[in-house]
Amino acid sequence: MKKKLAFLFASVFLLTACSAGPNGGGGASAGGGDSDAGNKQEGDTIKVGLNLELSGAVAGYGTQEEEGAELAVEKINEDGGILGKKVELVKKDNKSDNNEAATTTANLTTNDGIVAMIGPATSGAVKAAIPNVTKAQVPMITPSGTDDSITVSNDQVQDYVFRSCFQDSFQGVILAKYASDNLDADKAAIFGDNSSDYATGLTKAFTDEYDGEVVAKENFTKGDKDFQAALTKLKKTDFDVLYVPGYYEEAGLIIKQAREMGIDQPIIGADGFGDEKMIQLAGKENVSDVFYTGHFSTLAPANDTVEPFIDDFNEKYDKEPSTFNALSYDAMLMIKEAIENEDSADSADIAKGLAELKDFVGVTGTISIDKDHNPEKPLVVVGFTDGKESSAEKIEP
Amino acid sequence: MKKNLKYNLIWLALACVIYFGLFALYNGGFITIFTDAIIVNIGINVILAVGLNLIIGFSGQLSLGHAGFMAIGAYAAAILTQNNPTYIAFAVSLIVGMLISGAIALIVGIPTLRLKGDYLAIATLGVSEIIRILIVNFDELTNGPSGIFGIAQFSNWQVVFIFMVIAVLLVSNYIRSGAGRATLAVREDEIAAEAMGVNTAKYKVTAFVIGAMLASLAGSLYATYQQSVFPNDYDFMKSIDILIIVVFGGIGSTTGAIVAAGVLGFLNMYLQDFGSLRMIIYALAIVGIMIFKPSGLLGTWEFSIKRIIDKFSKKGDDQDASTNS
Repeated sequence: MKKKLAFLFASVFLLTACSAGPNGGGGASAGGGDSDAGNKQEGDTIKVGLNLELSGAVAGYGTQEEEGAELAVEKINEDGGILGKKVELVKKDNKSDNNEAATTTANLTTNDGIVAMIGPATSGAVKAAIPNVTKAQVPMITPSGTDDSITVSNDQVQDYVFRSCFQDSFQGVILAKYASDNLDADKAAIFGDNSSDYATGLTKAFTDEYDGEVVAKENFTKGDKDFQAALTKLKKTDFDVLYVPGYYEEAGLIIKQAREMGIDQPIIGADGFGDEKMIQLAGKENVSDVFYTGHFSTLAPANDTVEPFIDDFNEKYDKEPSTFNALSYDAMLMIKEAIENEDSADSADIAKGLAELKDFVGVTGTISIDKDHNPEKPLVVVGFTDGKESSAEKIEP
Repeated sequence: MKKNLKYNLIWLALACVIYFGLFALYNGGFITIFTDAIIVNIGINVILAVGLNLIIGFSGQLSLGHAGFMAIGAYAAAILTQNNPTYIAFAVSLIVGMLISGAIALIVGIPTLRLKGDYLAIATLGVSEIIRILIVNFDELTNGPSGIFGIAQFSNWQVVFIFMVIAVLLVSNYIRSGAGRATLAVREDEIAAEAMGVNTAKYKVTAFVIGAMLASLAGSLYATYQQSVFPNDYDFMKSIDILIIVVFGGIGSTTGAIVAAGVLGFLNMYLQDFGSLRMIIYALAIVGIMIFKPSGLLGTWEFSIKRIIDKFSKKGDDQDASTNS
């Protein structure tokens, strides 16, 4: 009997004999032209993929980035396209799911034959998408994936991964210096989101760089609504600045509850604060002495492209552009610049063009891509009084 | 037993036919990276669904903790193959993940499986969330919320297919065994089963442990195909996704679980173009099935080779009878 059962299972494993190595059976083919050189541009259009969180938990970021990219494509096509060819945006929804972000990437690169991709919006989804863009040799630019390890992992630069936003370490370092030098804060309290890679990265960078003393550390989790207990603890501590690494949904409520509780020290955060909803959640009257690292500000325009961008955005969507709108707008224009510099819209050439991008004038600043595929551009520390931008200090990298 | 072996061999022959069909498609270049991802995800979902179906459909326990056990397998594979990317390390990680999941399921199962219905569901959901939160907080080992990526790709469609066949055969044979009959008796009427001398706690826990181990196996395959793991991939909604497959296919039908995994896998694939409408369409499809087929696509129906063989042999007997008369 045992022999028969052994035979039964052995015969199942015999199927593996057909495997030709780890990707046996010839493997899956990467569509869209010569697999050795990525996807080729074909026909009268240049296909750019949008792999974004259009539904699900972080659809707020994805839909904003969709708007920015759409506006950029509209402007490009109005001006005659790129190399005389129109740009076609191929949109796919990854439903805020990392696994889905990977399959969406495969769909765009193989079935749709895109030559470049914008997105995903979150670091986890970007990491999940990396193997498939690498297999297909199609460059991707994430407008808001800030985790340091996206572009460089184990000291290895990811050949096809770029970003138009800052990485966590850069923002954390700038905020630490800003707290010490500009806010004269010798003691900092940190109230961070310990459930997100974004916030933990920012916390680490700030803690490593800060000259003063971190006197208190409290945590919250994404989705929390009541922060009274932790804020009560913090209130009893003597600190000069409250650092809140996290996203606007929680940051808005933290600011509101902190101010209502009588915590009047400056509150600082990173680009996750950069949304109008943060002010709505906190209440205008509570958003004073609040500072965050942003990508652009009307008070300190990076260059002459900012005003027209704001006007165009207002006209198309009837609202003010957010950080996420601006970052995806720049991502699309970076692709355009790379194509024009290389005089080719083939994916491998676009990747080369992006890696060598220098002094590109975008709405979030003049961008040069460094050796690690991160943008070197100025950062703006935006200050608020009564829910309105009252100061903006441009800091060069 | 001989008869059982005969049917198993027929099932294996059928699996071989499907395998070589896929093999030909891959070698012919008909399968893109995208189609490959869909096929692999369907295979992984089949393993998850047959495991959960064993718990929900066959032993009658409502578990919402499947994602937690999947996370254990995924992280076991990620951690153990990170610094030693060899097939031996991968094989060890599969076993380690399954053993840890089995042990946790056993420890959790003994007290919680005394509970029934909603209470059990909440208890298993709690366990799953505890596992996920431990993963987030043990950042020295798991890299916390940032997850682990750049994992070597040990899983491909072949590896997943083989384990899927093993999982389906394992569950099917378990259900046909003495222990399986006892498990079904517990589902139908626990008091009556106990009165007949069936150790109800033992069989409920056994089903729970097997289901958890299969979830862990699926998690390991998922991590080493996806090449990345993140704690947020294994939240409450992941358990619900697996539950949807089981309910959609028909609670208590292994065939239903396989069909539902395939249908929902391809539905998901086609919905990528629909943006923000996608979730609405997906939800409507599921609601539609529940309205028109409340017991799921296949109810409790099973595809049976035995039935087909019996049908043909009966036809043969009828023909013999008519020619002899």
